[in-house]
Amino acid sequence: MKLGSTINIALRALRRNKMRSVLTALGIIIGVAAVIAMVGIGNGAKAQVEAQIASLGQNVILIFSGSTTSSGIRTGWGGAGTLKIEDAEAIRREVPGVIAVSEEVVSTTQVAAGNQNWFTRIYGESADYFDIRQWPLADGAPFTDQDVRSANKICVIGRTTATQVFGNEDPVGQILRVKNVPFTVSGVLAPKGLSTQGVDQDDIVIMPYTSAMKRVAGGTTLRNINVQVGDGSQIAAAQQQIIALLRQRHNIRPGRDDDFTVRNQQEIADAATATTAVMTVLLGSIAGVSLVVGGIGIMNIMLVSVTERTREIGTRMAVGAHGRDILMQFLIEAVTLSSVGGVIGIIFGIGASQILSSYAHWPTLISLSSIIVAFMFSAAVGIFFGFYPARKAAALDPIEALRYE
Amino acid sequence: MKNGEVVKLVDVHKTYHTGDVDVHAVRGVSLEIQRGEFVALMGASGSGKSTLMNILGCLDRPTSGRYVLDDADVSALDRDQLADIRNHKLGFVFQSFNLLPRTSARENVELPLLYGTRHLSNAQLREKADAVLASVGLGGREDHHPSQLSGGQQQRVAIARALVNDPEVVLADEPTGNLDSRTSVEIMGIFQQLNDRGITIIMVTHEADIASYARRNVVMRDGLILKDFNVTQRFDAATELERLPSISDENA
Repeated sequence: MKLGSTINIALRALRRNKMRSVLTALGIIIGVAAVIAMVGIGNGAKAQVEAQIASLGQNVILIFSGSTTSSGIRTGWGGAGTLKIEDAEAIRREVPGVIAVSEEVVSTTQVAAGNQNWFTRIYGESADYFDIRQWPLADGAPFTDQDVRSANKICVIGRTTATQVFGNEDPVGQILRVKNVPFTVSGVLAPKGLSTQGVDQDDIVIMPYTSAMKRVAGGTTLRNINVQVGDGSQIAAAQQQIIALLRQRHNIRPGRDDDFTVRNQQEIADAATATTAVMTVLLGSIAGVSLVVGGIGIMNIMLVSVTERTREIGTRMAVGAHGRDILMQFLIEAVTLSSVGGVIGIIFGIGASQILSSYAHWPTLISLSSIIVAFMFSAAVGIFFGFYPARKAAALDPIEALRYE
Repeated sequence: MKNGEVVKLVDVHKTYHTGDVDVHAVRGVSLEIQRGEFVALMGASGSGKSTLMNILGCLDRPTSGRYVLDDADVSALDRDQLADIRNHKLGFVFQSFNLLPRTSARENVELPLLYGTRHLSNAQLREKADAVLASVGLGGREDHHPSQLSGGQQQRVAIARALVNDPEVVLADEPTGNLDSRTSVEIMGIFQQLNDRGITIIMVTHEADIASYARRNVVMRDGLILKDFNVTQRFDAATELERLPSISDENA
């Protein structure tokens, strides 16, 4: 028997029960739409994290003071002030392959200009920082090595800080008072938007670390050191050398834990993407459950349909239908329900994720592969859950089926 | 039209196993039916006539014995082979019509063609179905659904479906069981016309007057053939119809 006429027969049967067909397909529609939307959210988050990580700069190694594995008092990274300016200078001087180093201190404080004030984060950095982070200025100029050496009262500010303190005025060349110390704003950073943790990265003041330590934060230790290596293949070697160098400088005996933490960008990226990947899988599998429920709905309806159409099946067999023809007919009905449901579900899922991105501002990313997988999966659900009822129909005894009331 | 026997049963037995008890529904039936015969298979319920009909219709296989249909032994064929035999060589007419609901008369008649091995285009299917429907007096009602047709008309659609693949034998199982007496005579009229055209018909019935429209009656009891005789006073449907009062104008 031609496949074409089997398909024709199956579609006719579905059309005879429009309402039932639509409701059955609805289970799959919701399941597929949920999968598409949830995986879209997960992938969107992942893409955002990746973009954020990339914005850390290329081939970057981060050294934090304090250790996550320190025995006894555990401070976590960025805790105990164990990193000195001299450590950074030693890295700059002695570790081969290093092309840029930025000492970093961080504090939060009130800043003011004219009659406006604003609470923001103060980052002390070296002049290399803007290259390492690949963070260009939208306006004005960054501070220089000379400014760092002299601990000049100069800073660049983020877009958010600029808007909050200076409003519509051009901040470049204006005075910003930080803890009542007047700093000249030399430039405004290009906006970077929210970080992965949801922090506004443009709410920031960046000044020479020397100025920050001397005039704003006080103290003599660095929170962390940002190191950039010229060639990606040198990262591992540079990381080892930095660890050896710092252990030597900090007089850490063999067998004792580091009092600092070294992470390269790839490790941070891997950790972050692993988290979002887990989230994607979680969201996807929860949505997948509803797809399975939809499949059970199909099976249920197909079983009812087989019972209801027992006489029809008997008649078809009497006029020459093989068991295989009956099996195919019911299988095609089930697969048609599930794959048409799948296509509609994909459309709804794309729509739902676009609504989420535009109203809830969640980043969503719908990949072609997730659409194809969702479609294949919904068709597979039809085959899987349609097979049992179809086989039941095909195995009917024509004599009994003909007499079924 | 070929001559000679179209159906030959040799010592056919059929035993059903229900639990511990064996039911001998048919206990050794031998029967020959020539091409062009119109046979009524009669008997009370439990006589084995339905079981024999199922075997004749290739819906069931004999436990022992041989069944030769159109010079081919079909007693040992498997499910799919029997389905092909039913499709090519047999046409079925049932008591309760067994038409597909919400499906037009034409599509119902096309059904055996869809399951056949010949690959016909949609236009050819339609042409063939319409021609057969016209031959049973249903021209113009091709697009009607079963619910829009009277019982007699539905049975004619079923007869058209049985004829569409040019079968060797038409098997009718109580074809008038669900019809009033006038419509029953009309259906018998169609069978007589078909038989006059040379089509072999085997009909199961328990009504003696319906059996009198056939040329030959085979009466069964307890799984055996009790009587096998040619009908001497055969009813002619056209004459009988004139005698019956016209109770409806549903005749197409």
